[in-house]
Amino acid sequence: MDFAISDEQKRLVDTARKFTREKIIPVAQKLDEHGTFPQEICEQGFELGLMNAEVPQEYGGIGLSCLDHVLMLEEINYGCAGIGTTLAANNLAAMPLLLAGSEEQKKKYLGALTDGPIFAAYACSEPDAGSDVAGMRTHVRKVGDEYVLTGQKRWITNGGHASWYTTFARTGDVKDRHKGITCFVVPRDLPGVSVGKKEDKLGQRASDTCDILFEEVKLTRAHLVGEEGDGFKVAMKTFDRSRPWIAAGATGIMRRALDECRRYALERKAFGQAIAQFQAVQFMLAEMAMKYEATRLLMLKAAWSIGQGKLDAIESSYAKAFGADSAMAVATDAVQIFGGYGYTREYPVEKLMRDAKLLQIYEGTSQIQRMVIARNLLSAVQ
Amino acid sequence: MQTELTEEQRQLRDTCREFAARELVPQAKRWDHEHRFPAEAVKKRFELGLAGVAVPAEHGGAGMDNVGYALAIEEISRGCASVGVTLSVNNSLYCDPVLKYGTPAQRDIWLKPFAAGDKLGCFGLTEPQAGSDAAEQRTRAVRKGDKYVINGTKNWITNGPVADAILLFAMTDASKGTKGISAFLVETSSPGFLRQKADEKLGICASPSCTIFFEDLEVPAAQRLGNEGDGFKIAMSTLDGGRIGIAAQAIGIARAAYEEARDYAKVRKTFDVPIAQHQAIQFMLADMATELDAARLLTLRAATLKDAGVRHSRESSMAKLYASEMSGRVTDKAVQIHGGMGYSKELDVERHFRDARITQIYEGTSEIQRLVISNALLKQ
Repeated sequence: MDFAISDEQKRLVDTARKFTREKIIPVAQKLDEHGTFPQEICEQGFELGLMNAEVPQEYGGIGLSCLDHVLMLEEINYGCAGIGTTLAANNLAAMPLLLAGSEEQKKKYLGALTDGPIFAAYACSEPDAGSDVAGMRTHVRKVGDEYVLTGQKRWITNGGHASWYTTFARTGDVKDRHKGITCFVVPRDLPGVSVGKKEDKLGQRASDTCDILFEEVKLTRAHLVGEEGDGFKVAMKTFDRSRPWIAAGATGIMRRALDECRRYALERKAFGQAIAQFQAVQFMLAEMAMKYEATRLLMLKAAWSIGQGKLDAIESSYAKAFGADSAMAVATDAVQIFGGYGYTREYPVEKLMRDAKLLQIYEGTSQIQRMVIARNLLSAVQ
Repeated sequence: MQTELTEEQRQLRDTCREFAARELVPQAKRWDHEHRFPAEAVKKRFELGLAGVAVPAEHGGAGMDNVGYALAIEEISRGCASVGVTLSVNNSLYCDPVLKYGTPAQRDIWLKPFAAGDKLGCFGLTEPQAGSDAAEQRTRAVRKGDKYVINGTKNWITNGPVADAILLFAMTDASKGTKGISAFLVETSSPGFLRQKADEKLGICASPSCTIFFEDLEVPAAQRLGNEGDGFKIAMSTLDGGRIGIAAQAIGIARAAYEEARDYAKVRKTFDVPIAQHQAIQFMLADMATELDAARLLTLRAATLKDAGVRHSRESSMAKLYASEMSGRVTDKAVQIHGGMGYSKELDVERHFRDARITQIYEGTSEIQRLVISNALLKQ
């Protein structure tokens, strides 16, 4: 077993760390406060290859492995999870195409992503179908060779800025559940595509989250990703590959919390000594560090498995659920170590706490991860 | 052991519950969003006699007991946690010590209008370098004839931006440590009383707090509460009562989150059934309800002891520690039950999640409560 990272990976981490320190940390609080989309940061990140990391070189990307990508994302999320989510979202939109798209689709849509700093969005959730993907109501009607798409998507990351969407719609009845769901790539400029309300969120406020509305959008076979009825499988396989990214969000938040708290605990005095001298504070720091390390190992293991081609949904869910729950606990303790100062916007820890909460919700809540884990555990019994 | 409420206590609770549902719940989100002190709602609340719930009627209060007070704070906080703490500070941290330590003359001026709701009080103990460690007071009061001249800084003063008077703690004799701290009643309009801009906070955004500078603030000796050197004792015994108020506030916030999550679970469907039919959700709700009841029982026990005039530091700290941490867990679960909707500012539940966090920090962090409890345990 080898826990070392390669020289190439080290250079990648250094680049991302420098970018985080110089470009993200100085503006993160302000973007959060005003809910401002990090356009300029994305443009700069694009130039450095931080945006479409997993798009293969043949489509103009840098073709990072999932393991490379999570190492990079940890650095970005150390600076701001909202910006981390924004920078990673193109990969989520690209993943269904990489998994099931035609060569032509990959060239066209992934090529566009790597040509210039544009955005794409993965549009799966709906007002009444979040955790329960198979409960979606967006549907397509077949008219000759055409598909007519109608429905409403919600919680769409980068939705307001995207040039195209990978979306899912049912060809059959709602009662068919996961059968009869189909994946499409939908350019934003098609008639009938519009952006709805933008969410005002608790945290990750620099990340843009919107409703996307499809009203009688005319699509052709060229927009169909994979085969009709394969959509649910494509959506699930996409999540298997994207959940380690959320674990990277967790490691970034936890490492930041730990760094901030260590420094503060050594400076802040109570009862005549630095609070770092109190066992209660020491033990909180120790817990934080253990949770960070354990998440990082689960994340690297899941990413490594993906790289080996022996993708295992259960490992991605371990990393995502454990990481998100750990990040929430760590960020909460970070506010506690800072006391009254931790509750104000003068220090970065209250933002870490707000940002961490989303990790337990998006890309499958912590509860959904446990369902995936339990299902895998039980189905593996001979 | 008596666990039934008296008729009077029940009436007070029901009045507050009804008031919160009518006047607070519909507006709390907007006040939070605009960071606006709801002066109107506070005034109406005062008309209910909630400015000095446990202050006897002859001193302007409602003449109820501390059990009634805890119930009232829970109900008000269930509607709006910011209004809850505004009320708690005026009752517990201002009126209570003036009632207990004030001379008859002081009570007339410094208690009556505050317990009657015509004026609002606040409590000035915390300093930038003296939060949990309140003994580290650096604000100085120097006696000059029949006056004291006060210089220093206080921060996180809840109600600070809107209060009419402050119960202020300052060092009169630094050589004596905690026995050199004294307490003063000061009008916030006095020259040398310099309020800074309101704090930007994670939660309780409709409860304004601020830093206050004192520059050669002159206070007549007649406005000293208790004797010179009594300040630390006054502060600590005051906080024993204050912690009952914060425990009740934490319970109110958690109850709001719990009730919203319970109702949402009955209507939200996944996998073809209301999520309330999934065991994972059922068990979360069961834990939330159990913890809420446990916290309320601890809080009412502390209030009962206070009403009986028995020392209740340990019990108040237990109530505050458990209720505040319970509130953190319950509001977190409530966001989780709401999923994506819980993360949105469209609903109230994300506000409860933010509001709950402060209850583990102010009026003694959870760590300080553990210190008080373990000291009491080990002394026996």
